[in-house]
Amino acid sequence: MKNIELEKHANSIRKSIVTEVFYAQSGHPGGSLGAADIITSLYFEELDINDENLDSVDRDRFVLSKGHASPALYAAFAEKGWIEKEELKTFRHLGSRLQGHPSMRLLPGVDMSTGSLGQGISCAVGMALANKLDKNDHRIYTLCGDGECQEGQVWEAIMAAAHHKLDNLCIIIDNNNLQIDGKVEDVMSIYPLDEKMKAFNCHVIEIDGHDFDQIRAAFKEARETKGQPTVIIAKTVKGKGVSFMENQAGWHGVAPNEEQYHAAIKELEAC
Amino acid sequence: MASIATRIAYGDALKELLQEDENIVVLDADLAGSTKSAEAKKVDPARHFDMGIAEGNMMSVAAGLAASGKIAFASTFAMFATGRGFEQIRNSIGYPHLNVKVCASHAGISVGEDGASHQCIEDINLMRGIPGMTVVVPCDYNEAKQAVRAIAYHEGPCYVRLGRSGVEEVTPEGYQFELGKGVVLKEGTKVALVATGSMVQESLKACELLDFEPTVVNIHTIKPIDRELIVELANSHDLIVTCEEHSIIGGLGSAVAEVMAEAGCPCKLARVGVQDVFGESGKPKELFETYGLDPQSIANVVKNNL
Ligand SMILES: Cc1ncc(C[n+]2csc(CCOP(=O)(O)OP(=O)(O)O)c2C)c(N)n1
Ligand SMILES: [Mg+2]
Repeated sequence: MKNIELEKHANSIRKSIVTEVFYAQSGHPGGSLGAADIITSLYFEELDINDENLDSVDRDRFVLSKGHASPALYAAFAEKGWIEKEELKTFRHLGSRLQGHPSMRLLPGVDMSTGSLGQGISCAVGMALANKLDKNDHRIYTLCGDGECQEGQVWEAIMAAAHHKLDNLCIIIDNNNLQIDGKVEDVMSIYPLDEKMKAFNCHVIEIDGHDFDQIRAAFKEARETKGQPTVIIAKTVKGKGVSFMENQAGWHGVAPNEEQYHAAIKELEAC
Repeated sequence: MASIATRIAYGDALKELLQEDENIVVLDADLAGSTKSAEAKKVDPARHFDMGIAEGNMMSVAAGLAASGKIAFASTFAMFATGRGFEQIRNSIGYPHLNVKVCASHAGISVGEDGASHQCIEDINLMRGIPGMTVVVPCDYNEAKQAVRAIAYHEGPCYVRLGRSGVEEVTPEGYQFELGKGVVLKEGTKVALVATGSMVQESLKACELLDFEPTVVNIHTIKPIDRELIVELANSHDLIVTCEEHSIIGGLGSAVAEVMAEAGCPCKLARVGVQDVFGESGKPKELFETYGLDPQSIANVVKNNL
């Protein structure tokens, strides 16, 4: 797909994210907006998921380990036509399929229920192991937060992935350097992330997580890497696309008010 | 009526405690603003440790601090404190009986929109099962503040369950919190509503929907439970209805059932709580109605069991 088309989808996904969180008056805009380009690239280029195989496990799979970015996932589903755009407004409402954190039992296409940080990546390891047993060539992708990397479980998962030479697993770290209480390096440094991942026997690629050429090239390199899992460290801007939300820890889990909502949509429409 | 979340009381109590006692330290796991442990930073940032999103590690680090003579308060959401950190709490804190005070916020389904992954309805059960652990579930700001101060100097590991959402003040003026002692808020007949935490408010409101005056009791300390009071209630009422924002399995209802069964009480028991199901996203009030925790549901349980 041409970059310009991907950009259009990403922009539409960003508008949906802001809309979801606004109508819910709750949720996580920052980490959703920042991940929008990666998620667009996954669903519109990389993953072999389509209308026909959405309900099947016989395809690539994506685990949103940073489950609080659910608005980005649901927005991508709407952009793919798997749910109605109107349904996005039910996000976080009683009875909705669009739970605060994704539930695989409620919404077709959600490959794992997540929300508790650190667990999704391990689930992705399990899926990659299953695919090895089944000798298929489906690929497993997972997106983790950089704050999430503070969980010991993330490192247990990486250790297991490398030990089992899971070259069918691609771990993307959304490296926006922010978590709830502040900057990752101030709260509890995870750095140097690249060297740590390499020491754990992973193939490491560093990219700009908003550059579609770089995202595409990284996925290709991951596919061609044999005998070890790939970790893509994607430098991102939390809140990307809505200027007043960009790089602000304060916009991690706060909904915009009416005025801010309109300002955000206006800014995204001008793109 | 004022509506304040019990976690606010936690922050305020911590501030006082840090000022009064240099032996007190605080740990959090990237939720210091939400749990209100960040209030401690205002007094002495050197005694507040943000351990990052690593709850298991935080619990054992707290144990190490306590094993070195400190009184360590460890906070995060109830789900991640008692869920992710369970085995560390059990083996690093419970087994050596250390002075770690796990004060967890956002417990129960009143977490609301975050949904089932964040709505901890198993924490009382988990913490109650650890030998030597004291378990306290305060119902309002006043009680929570006093409870936090009380457990600070109660020897050994303690768990305090705090809420995200605002709750009305229901403790009477001049109220004195006493660890392990249930509080009779209303003396009535036939039925005793035995509630804990946010369900104390719901139980009081349920009384208005009944055509008689039931007894209402606040059991803020789940462990050690006030056996004497429960046996007394069971012997003087036809029905006890336990009310908790927790699974009906392993929480207050179970604790009361154990006491009643062992004492051979003839009184009937009904349990209001989350009926062995996961919650979902929604507003706290809607969720209380959907999951049978609102005053009308309590009143219905009373009517159906009398
Ligand atoms: C085990 C666990 N602990 C705590 C939380 C609460 N929480 C939700 S998001 C978040 C911060 C996440 O930061 P990061 O992983 O960097 O995500 P991003 O910046 O991409 O939003 C925290 C602490 C959680 N969901 N799970
Ligand atoms: Mg981050």
